[in-house]
Amino acid sequence: MTALPPALIHVRRGMVTLFARRFLDHRLAVASAVVLALLALLAVAAPVAEWALGVDANAVSLAARFLPPSATHPLGTDELGRDLLARLLYGGRVSLIVGLAAALASAVIGTVIGLAAGYYGGKLDIVLMRLTDGVIALPLLPLLIVLAAVDLTKIGLPEALARDADVSLYRMVAIIALVSWTTVARLVRGATLSVREREFVLAATACGAGPLRIMTVHILPNVVSPIIVATTLSVGNVILLESVLSFLGLGIQPPIASWGNMLTGAQELIWSAPELVFWPGALIFLTVIAFNFLGDGLQDALDPRAIAR
Amino acid sequence: MTRYIIQRLGESAVVIALMSFLIYALIGLMPGDPIDLMISSDPRLTPADAARLRAVYGLDRPLLERYLSWAVAALGGDFGNSRLHVRPVLDVMPTFLLNTVKLMGLSFVISVTVAIPAGVYAAARQNSRFDHIVNLLCFAGISVPVFWLALMLIIVFSVMIPILPASGVGSIGGGGVWDAVRHLVLPVTTLTIFSIGSYTRFVRAAMIEVLRQDYIRTALAKGAGRARVIWVHALRNAMIPVVTVVALSFGTLLSGALITETMFAYPGMGKLIYDSIMGNDYNMALVTLLFATAVTLAANLLADIAYAWLDPRISYGGSEGVRP
Repeated sequence: MTALPPALIHVRRGMVTLFARRFLDHRLAVASAVVLALLALLAVAAPVAEWALGVDANAVSLAARFLPPSATHPLGTDELGRDLLARLLYGGRVSLIVGLAAALASAVIGTVIGLAAGYYGGKLDIVLMRLTDGVIALPLLPLLIVLAAVDLTKIGLPEALARDADVSLYRMVAIIALVSWTTVARLVRGATLSVREREFVLAATACGAGPLRIMTVHILPNVVSPIIVATTLSVGNVILLESVLSFLGLGIQPPIASWGNMLTGAQELIWSAPELVFWPGALIFLTVIAFNFLGDGLQDALDPRAIAR
Repeated sequence: MTRYIIQRLGESAVVIALMSFLIYALIGLMPGDPIDLMISSDPRLTPADAARLRAVYGLDRPLLERYLSWAVAALGGDFGNSRLHVRPVLDVMPTFLLNTVKLMGLSFVISVTVAIPAGVYAAARQNSRFDHIVNLLCFAGISVPVFWLALMLIIVFSVMIPILPASGVGSIGGGGVWDAVRHLVLPVTTLTIFSIGSYTRFVRAAMIEVLRQDYIRTALAKGAGRARVIWVHALRNAMIPVVTVVALSFGTLLSGALITETMFAYPGMGKLIYDSIMGNDYNMALVTLLFATAVTLAANLLADIAYAWLDPRISYGGSEGVRP
């Protein structure tokens, strides 16, 4: 990057401080960022915790079912004798990975569609926006259930691969991204429509820049704030969708632990071990609400209309 | 306006047709097919029998051909039989639909009745303590996983303090109206908590936007009372976008109802959709999914029409309608 003249450096720093100050004003968002950092750290450290406790998150032991909390099992064990804490940590990994990956993937799809629709306009815009409206109008959860229930061997995947638990993770990311790009597409299209008419775009065109360059270099940086906000907010939604599908037995497949599939058998546990039902859901709740507060804080901080503060 | 409605109805019909093909194709990709189910229930069938049965039922024909014959029958009002209920699909649906209408209707009315005053009050006293508490509760409602919320309510109100039934629509042998009401409490509460947060946020956001407008300042300057300005001048205008987003969020409410009904073994459309998908009840899954799509599309169309009707500034007269 070429060095900016001093005056511009000042402006940039000014914007960053302004953003930081406004973000820090949003106390819930700051607290959420801390909570999420902590959750991410715990998820990364899951194998370490497993090692320190001397347990295996996936080891079934029928002799050790429903153990109360103890030094080796700080939160006790589940209906198959597995350590609850270790499974919660690994479950957090899955939720965060699926949440971030699917949200990013849908942000990319939405951005490409929104930029193309907004920049080219005309027939392409009409077709793409009708497609977006169509997807928005679909009853998402029933459709996701169908998509998650599709037998992968019937579309030509080898048997071993289709039954693989890791594949269930990629599949979750793919099908959730496939239905949740619409918000970003609409926002990007709207922003592109207004940026497209600005003088600097005209100047770039006059300098001979092609459509691809104009879209990526001149328009995209100006529509990036709504994308960031919408993506942050969609992480929470994605985690909710993943958890409900996994809960229904259609998402992440055991033995991989996810907060959703840890509750799959919960309806039988409500009488015998309600505390097993509490933790996975409470962590989903905490993570989703933290992403939503974070998105809200970013929205306030990045809102161009609220410059004077 | 009429022209716009006709155009939108036409578009919706196209979407439904496309969706019916998509769902038909997807359902064909689900594990097992009707012949597998027959084989599993009758071990005497040989592979040769299975192949013959496939030919008899036309399952060996190409996808498009099978879809078209289904579509022709469906247009004639024949949606086939339900495998799980062993009755024509259309005979099964009404009772389930009625239950869902009760569940969704009740929780919708409760949500809106609470969301409007809460949202208006929070917007009128922006950044007050009340506003912060409402905001926190809204985020909690939006962020809570519905199936876990249902489990927690069951644990608290059916297990720890056993005062409410955890599943079904009535006690065995029937218990009258009071019994039916008791069975509705937990499902309605769950679905209400799920939807009330976003409704309140819609109302609050719309009110804040309206309260910034010049005509509000004018009304206040002319000496209209603050309460009157907020509840009459502002609220009426804020309702326009609220009606739209609430109607647009119908699909979300339906998704919430699906989870709620499944959790409480409540025999409504959501549970019917879920059970038919999981139970290889192809005809039922197809029809219920299409029905859900059609209702969601209708809600969206109503949202756009209501928008034009409530806001006299908008007209859909031109050849290309202005999308709100």
